[in-house]
Amino acid sequence: MLIRLIDIKKSYSLPKVTIDVLRGINLEVSGGEFVAIMGRSGSGKSTLLNVIGCLDRLTSGSYFFMDIDVSLKTDNELAELRNRQIGFVFQNFNLLPRLNAWKNVEIPLIYSGVSAKERKGLSMEMLERVGLLDRADHKPSELSGGEQQRVAIARALVNRPVIVLADEPTGNLDTRSNHEIMDIFGKLNKEGVTIIIVTHEEDIASKTQRTITIKDGVCFSGCY
Amino acid sequence: MDVIETISIARDSLLSNRMRSLLTMLGVIIGVAAVIMLVSIGEGARKYIQKELGELGSNILVVVPGKTAKEGGMHMGTSAVRKLLYSDALLIEKRSSNVLHAVPVIVGTSWIKHAGKSRDTYVVGVNEDYFDIRNLKIAVGRGINTSDVDSSRRVCVLGTTVKDEVLGEANPLGASVTIGDSKYRVIGVMQKKGVALGFDIDDVVFIPTTTSKELFDTDRLFNITIKIKSPDVILDAKKDIKDILIKKHANKEDFTILSQDEMIAVMGKILNIMTSVLAGIAAISLIVGGIGIMNIMLVSVRERTREIGIRKALGAKNRDILFQFLVEAVTLSILGGICGTIVGGSLSLIIPYFIEFLPTELVWWAIILSFFFSAAVGVFFGVYPARKASLLHPIVALRYE
Ligand SMILES: Nc1ncnc2c1ncn2[C@@H]1O[C@H](COP(=O)(O)OP(=O)(O)OP(=O)(O)O)[C@@H](O)[C@H]1O
Ligand SMILES: [Mg+2]
Repeated sequence: MLIRLIDIKKSYSLPKVTIDVLRGINLEVSGGEFVAIMGRSGSGKSTLLNVIGCLDRLTSGSYFFMDIDVSLKTDNELAELRNRQIGFVFQNFNLLPRLNAWKNVEIPLIYSGVSAKERKGLSMEMLERVGLLDRADHKPSELSGGEQQRVAIARALVNRPVIVLADEPTGNLDTRSNHEIMDIFGKLNKEGVTIIIVTHEEDIASKTQRTITIKDGVCFSGCY
Repeated sequence: MDVIETISIARDSLLSNRMRSLLTMLGVIIGVAAVIMLVSIGEGARKYIQKELGELGSNILVVVPGKTAKEGGMHMGTSAVRKLLYSDALLIEKRSSNVLHAVPVIVGTSWIKHAGKSRDTYVVGVNEDYFDIRNLKIAVGRGINTSDVDSSRRVCVLGTTVKDEVLGEANPLGASVTIGDSKYRVIGVMQKKGVALGFDIDDVVFIPTTTSKELFDTDRLFNITIKIKSPDVILDAKKDIKDILIKKHANKEDFTILSQDEMIAVMGKILNIMTSVLAGIAAISLIVGGIGIMNIMLVSVRERTREIGIRKALGAKNRDILFQFLVEAVTLSILGGICGTIVGGSLSLIIPYFIEFLPTELVWWAIILSFFFSAAVGVFFGVYPARKASLLHPIVALRYE
């Protein structure tokens, strides 16, 4: 089992109140799955995805990623885990504005200690996969939204992760770009990469194998 | 994460904010330049004094009133109960076989007037041996001779500055000037020695020591300048002088005998203190420059919070982020240090051409010291912002607007 969440709880303590966002989620995802997470705004989808991506820690419950108990890992070990096994794609792309496309793509390689020469080759290879080889030297501000998101996907894939986590990757894009992005994810999944994608759109969810619905911080359907 | 990558990230970030980086560096540049310049000036002053005192020769002793607790200490001239007297000098010359000449020197200030022009300056009472001992050259006329001293003649030898100010272009020899209330005849003009360390050594008037006794109505000496038979008898001569004066001063050692080496040591000590104090003050400006770096780094961390979040999400460890910002701060301070060294070094080299009384001497240890100090300032003031950046929570950083 790639991902196993057992009675996950996550709450935020504000000065006056405590907000319970996740209130006991049990979820399993095996390697190679293509999963969509749906739910109303504020239901805790992003929070759940951040937990799965080892970006955030739990309030209670246990999380096993590749059968590793994440709560036992140090921040540095989690950084390494994110670097090598997990690829993130964000709704607002989160590219570094001062760096051009291939320089953005190579960032994960920098932190896994790949030499500068190899980095450029690998980054170019990834840009080719998302069809943006001719835009390698463009800054994010010189790219369309769809192109920026494809650069972000190339960046998520450059270290060959086992899983890609995408938080509303098409939320800011038009239908055409939507299709391009979903095609890339589809192909990727066929190659065996696990994909979890948070979305509001039914037709995006319909292209995945399983849809998980979150409601009021608990699993409404699809969690097994 | 490799060093080259860290440096290149720092470089990109600094280049993307050129003006800001430059202004931040300016603080360090000014600090380093100031340290180097002040140390150069202090060192130049020391070299100058060493040279000047060195010219005295090693067969000169100077007795000054007052006894300092430590050997070779500085005399302040006020602590002595009993002063050096005119008769002390005469006694030393008479009694010690190791002493060639003992010149009683009286110093005071007075107005020199001539034909409506006047100048307030130092009047130095000396005898015929003084010019020879101090290696002072007469340009025009003659110096003070034995009969001038013996009969307390009202004659004077002018320094070039006094001559220019009071007599102008007029022929000095035989001219009559007023010192205090009496008329004096000018018998000679000194050779020009120049301005040094802000003190014009040509701005003096020499008169016979006996005459100065009357002019200032005093027996008290500024010092006794002594020439000994040869440098080999310096210890014997010092012992003679000490014995003679202690006996005469009712068994009190209320005077100090200085040789050339001791005078150099004393002046060197004073200059060292002066230089350290000035360099210390300049170093404070370097610290202010460091605070500027810290300030800008805090702004930079805040501006790049999202970038930090993104890098962490993509696998940057805390120490990767720490180094990224630390290298940026240290780059600022080291670049500032290099520029400051160049500015301070060049200024030190050209200062003497513009300000003639400020000799300078560029010293390598000041350059190395201020360079390393500036690097240390970068590390010291860079750590806090860098640590702050490295400890940001990835989610908090990613959500930062
Ligand atoms: N740092 C935080 N402090 C306090 N509350 C938070 C924090 N982060 C998230 N929340 C709260 O947690 C809840 C879930 O947020 P989350 O971002 O997971 O929702 P979401 O399901 O992704 O919504 P959307 O579809 O709009 O993106 C929200 O009510 C939000 O206000
Ligand atoms: Mg969300």
